[in-house]
Amino acid sequence: MSEPSSTPALEMEAVRKVYEVADEEVVALDHADLSLGSDEILALVGPSGSGKTTLCSIAGGILSPTEGKVVVGGKDISGYSSKQLTEFRRDSVGFVFQTVNLIPFLTARENLLIVDEISSRDRKRASRRADQLLEELGLTDRADNLPSQLSGGQKQRVAIGRSLMNEPALVLFDEPTSALDTKLGDQMVKLIREEMKSRGTAAIIVTHDDRITSYADRTVHITDGRLEA
Amino acid sequence: MRLALKELRRRPGRFGVATVILTLIAILLMFLGGLLDGLTAGNTGAIRAQQADLIVFSATSQDSLVRSRIDPEQRRKVEQVDGVKTVGEIGSVQLGGRIEGRGLRDLVPVVLFGYQAASKGLPAPPTSLGEAWADDSLEAEGIEQGDMILVGPARSPVKVTGFVSDTRYAGQSTLWASLETWRKVQNENRPDARVAPGVSQALVVQAPAANQAGLATRIDEATGGNTSSLTEDEAINALPGVSSQQSVFNQIIGLTVLIAIIVVALFFALITVERIGLYGVLKALGAGSGTLFAGVLLQAVIVTLIASVIGALAALAFAAAIPAGSIPFIATGPRIAGSTFFLLLAAVIGCAFSLRRVLKVDPATAIGGGQ
Repeated sequence: MSEPSSTPALEMEAVRKVYEVADEEVVALDHADLSLGSDEILALVGPSGSGKTTLCSIAGGILSPTEGKVVVGGKDISGYSSKQLTEFRRDSVGFVFQTVNLIPFLTARENLLIVDEISSRDRKRASRRADQLLEELGLTDRADNLPSQLSGGQKQRVAIGRSLMNEPALVLFDEPTSALDTKLGDQMVKLIREEMKSRGTAAIIVTHDDRITSYADRTVHITDGRLEA
Repeated sequence: MRLALKELRRRPGRFGVATVILTLIAILLMFLGGLLDGLTAGNTGAIRAQQADLIVFSATSQDSLVRSRIDPEQRRKVEQVDGVKTVGEIGSVQLGGRIEGRGLRDLVPVVLFGYQAASKGLPAPPTSLGEAWADDSLEAEGIEQGDMILVGPARSPVKVTGFVSDTRYAGQSTLWASLETWRKVQNENRPDARVAPGVSQALVVQAPAANQAGLATRIDEATGGNTSSLTEDEAINALPGVSSQQSVFNQIIGLTVLIAIIVVALFFALITVERIGLYGVLKALGAGSGTLFAGVLLQAVIVTLIASVIGALAALAFAAAIPAGSIPFIATGPRIAGSTFFLLLAAVIGCAFSLRRVLKVDPATAIGGGQ
């Protein structure tokens, strides 16, 4: 197990996100204050439209806040340009999307390596890391399979492996169990916890599944863009 | 870029329709170009065979060989112009040729030239009266070396001593004889347009490169404005129908390239729309818009190159298969390369219409619909 870093994985201070919709202001996130330890797993729970995806998007450098400060892994990304945010996402954040979103014409191994191909880094190092992750996730014998040849759980594991390729400070999981049955969903959440804890990587799991909260270190509720303790 | 290549290799069917359409466009483009080149060659071979630096017509001829007359005095003046190296006379007459074994009314249109100067395109004229080199397009009419062609209403006999290539004029086959043979045939068959000894229709002027600047003007001044001196390109453009033919064909070719742009634009716009979800994910993972667009561009270029190669092979195969003299079609390297270049340009321009869509893809769409 990796030693946890003292640098918080995420610090959000008075973060606000406002959209202009038909001359009206829609507040998607309202004065959010959130802090996440370097190896902490946080369950973010809320109904549809509560702002949890917006919060995740801001934490992951996909959206910029309208106001407030966002620091991820020690980097203040509040005022980053679009190009800087793109580089930040490539280097410092991992995503596991609700619909998994593996690239259908790439094998499991190649889906892990896509992050390296985007950034054109050390191919040999990336190749070794991909093989290591596949082994840890129990997917070595599936490395050359296309997503269409994988089960739902296997696809999720590939997605987890992809999110860990760039050794991120923070991994964001968007409804990871929504497409899985009870048993698989349980296995998935356990796997997430094991993988994150073994690497000392922080994670935010967006969910409305109560099962996940028992595997998280902390649960935060969000309603109408406001975080509740 | 590697991602784009993998998609091409693993999902070739996705690009099948665009490849087929672009291949048809490439074939059309190369055939149009080959026809234009063939027709142009059939019109201009005789002029190009002179490899002249200048061709001198009489000023009143409107640069037409048939209407032009150059007398010995004018020739002498041209020879004396500073910078002129050699001067050769040339004359022509368009008549119908009778070939042995064919019907009385089954005439082969020929243009009989009389000339003086050999060039890379033409050997020295036959010294014997009544003999001529024949353009190899006459072989398609069954003419062989040694055969006799009876030319014009007067049935002037002209014996074929051998063959030359690419010397057609105004779409007609040609015979290349001495100036004496030409004058004899002209006077026997065109008594209303007789030419006196020493008179020709035009002069073929050769000059060292260093002396060519302003030479046309100096020649025309030396003859007191009684001549019109043209470069080879100018003489070609003055041929009846050549410019308009090229203009029409080039407009059709231009329209075909425009259609190629539209095909690429539509196809790759459709592909981009289909891939918006994928682009959202890739952007969320850290791919820049430039990287994604470069992938689209690479795929368009590769598809277009494949289409161009097939089009080129089709054009070359057609050129090899058609009997000589049947269809005016030439497949040349510059034409194929030029057509390929314009197709690739069409691919790049067509793709540019997808750039805005790629730029607008929001990575937030990869996460829960992006509120």
